[in-house]
Amino acid sequence: MAPTVVQMRTPAETALIERFEAEKAGLPGAAAERAAAFERLKAKGLPSKRVEAYHYTDLRALMRQAPEAILPPNTYLMPSDRICIEAIPTIMFGNGKMQLAQDIALPISVRAIGDALESGSVTLNSAFVKLSDPVVDLNTIFCRDGALLEVPGGSKLSVHLAFVDDLDELDTKETFSVSSRVIINVGAGAELLVYESHEGSQRSRYQSNHVVELILGEGAKVEHIRVNTAGNEALVLSTLAASLAAEAELMSLNFSMGGAVARHQSFITYAGENAKLDLRGATMIRGRQHCDNTLVVDHAVPHGTSRELFRTVADDEAHGVFQGKIIVRPHAQKTDGQMASNALLLGDEAAMSNKPELEIFADDVVCAHGATCGALEESQLFYLMARGLPRVEAEALLVEAFLGEVLEAVSDETLRDSLAMLISEWLAARQAA
Amino acid sequence: MLEIKNLHVEIDDKKILNGLTLTIHPGEVAAIMGPNGSGKSTLSYVIAGKEDYTVTEGDILLNGNSILEMEANERAAAGLFLAFQYPLEIPGVATMTFLKAAMNAQAKARGEAELSPGDFMRKVRGAAEKLGINPDMLKRPLNVGFSGGEKKRMEILQMTLLDPAYCILDETDSGLDIDALRIVAEGVNALRGAGRGMLVITHYQRLLDHIVPDKVHVMAKGRIVKSGGPELAHELEKDGYANYVEAA
Repeated sequence: MAPTVVQMRTPAETALIERFEAEKAGLPGAAAERAAAFERLKAKGLPSKRVEAYHYTDLRALMRQAPEAILPPNTYLMPSDRICIEAIPTIMFGNGKMQLAQDIALPISVRAIGDALESGSVTLNSAFVKLSDPVVDLNTIFCRDGALLEVPGGSKLSVHLAFVDDLDELDTKETFSVSSRVIINVGAGAELLVYESHEGSQRSRYQSNHVVELILGEGAKVEHIRVNTAGNEALVLSTLAASLAAEAELMSLNFSMGGAVARHQSFITYAGENAKLDLRGATMIRGRQHCDNTLVVDHAVPHGTSRELFRTVADDEAHGVFQGKIIVRPHAQKTDGQMASNALLLGDEAAMSNKPELEIFADDVVCAHGATCGALEESQLFYLMARGLPRVEAEALLVEAFLGEVLEAVSDETLRDSLAMLISEWLAARQAA
Repeated sequence: MLEIKNLHVEIDDKKILNGLTLTIHPGEVAAIMGPNGSGKSTLSYVIAGKEDYTVTEGDILLNGNSILEMEANERAAAGLFLAFQYPLEIPGVATMTFLKAAMNAQAKARGEAELSPGDFMRKVRGAAEKLGINPDMLKRPLNVGFSGGEKKRMEILQMTLLDPAYCILDETDSGLDIDALRIVAEGVNALRGAGRGMLVITHYQRLLDHIVPDKVHVMAKGRIVKSGGPELAHELEKDGYANYVEAA
């Protein structure tokens, strides 16, 4: 018999186990799912770099502690002006708890998920999330609230999910944790814009773990834009899990610049034929920031199309990670998948880890991937400088152009402009440094 | 006055310019002709401030001040303009955005006020029209997918808008058919005078039929080996460079 290797638990793992024991009685519903996820955590611990999916983001080493969850303050945690888009109705989440649904017009139905879980009308283990991913498991174990949205078939709507993870003004906690789950059921033929923003405390080393599930009905069209401007010291974990019914179309963009460590996972499953996916990422990191985009696109049925375009700009000693896996199941013929990850390294010590993967089990498919990594083109810089642009301005123009292509898929002009403004802000801070 | 004094230049330990001396007076159009590998493009890059080159000896003075320690953008703001032999394609940067950024950067460096958006648009449209540039091209990414002629016209448009004191035109005729050559030459001729100096670098006499220089300099092995009037260009066209290369 092979000897059993017993790994020592880290302080964070021990604390997570103690936390669940202490909190479980007060967690709303989904007791069986939480218990199952907890057993997996207890058995395997946090994923270290030995787990392939976490090779570049060693959660076991990065998660030093498991701070307590905190409740939102009594006042609303408002998203900042630079994040708000006036024309898009907003649902506010303070520390993961749904605080206010503003101007949400019918026919969309919005419920706090804590209540829905309590009543048993929803679970935390939707059929397509058979992931047993450790980050999703942590969310399943500890999540207290979030929202359940029902978008009726044929409707056309926009919604802003505004997450703010912060303490109130008086509190000075060094660290805290927040988690939430949002489940959005999009009816057949509905068109939905989901704008999801994440901001947070600049003072605390907090940990966030937010999961969004999107279930697209037949012919539904969803544009999902996630903006991460979380606190500089934060550990930001997030997951998008989506399922596409026949003829459904999803464009999802992860626009990421916040957090000391950020990992965004996208798990997409094709449930019906002729569905289309356009998955995008725009990442700007500097200092010693670490940002990981991990995606698994699972073509489980024939005639699916997927496009992935990820662009990363890393300055100073920042580290970008892209892990993209396209799976084409044996019967998923006529799949068309194209994946690209391009990185621009501005700092001498900046690094990018690109890992594109194709797992193809069908024989009549078109799939390709490409990954590039490099510095700005000196000849282009010289050309711009020879016209009078100082080096930093010339660099800024080229960086904006590099990231700009990713934003082209954002159809709402105001939203696209506000993302471009965030890029300009990031570059202006670089010029000022 | 743009003065190049005893200029010695190396790249990767290879000597390219060997004591080149040349003066361009305000309002003067000087042509440099020379065979391949004589260092013509190196000269244009060194004047414009490309970093790959090492100046081991000599100096370049603009109105009496050395420009060797200046960055390319500072040289541009001081009044130098290089029309590239191969203008770079800049994907994702709209031509209009680029023109505005360049004009504003130079205005800022000179302590001048930026143009109002209205004045900027009028100025660009007017200059583009004279060069036969379709306004739609200005919305496209800079030089991306432009033909050789369109790229060269775009260089002359930039030259017109930036209003430099000294222009260096590096093989501006390369890749142009005769119609495009005429349009580009007309654009250049329109900028002559008013104290503006020009250095026209070319292989062939053809361009100099359209832009008639005040002076012609022959370059071989990294220095000027002969200077004369416009007639020198015709001699070269007839007899070739061989005599000069051997003499150098």
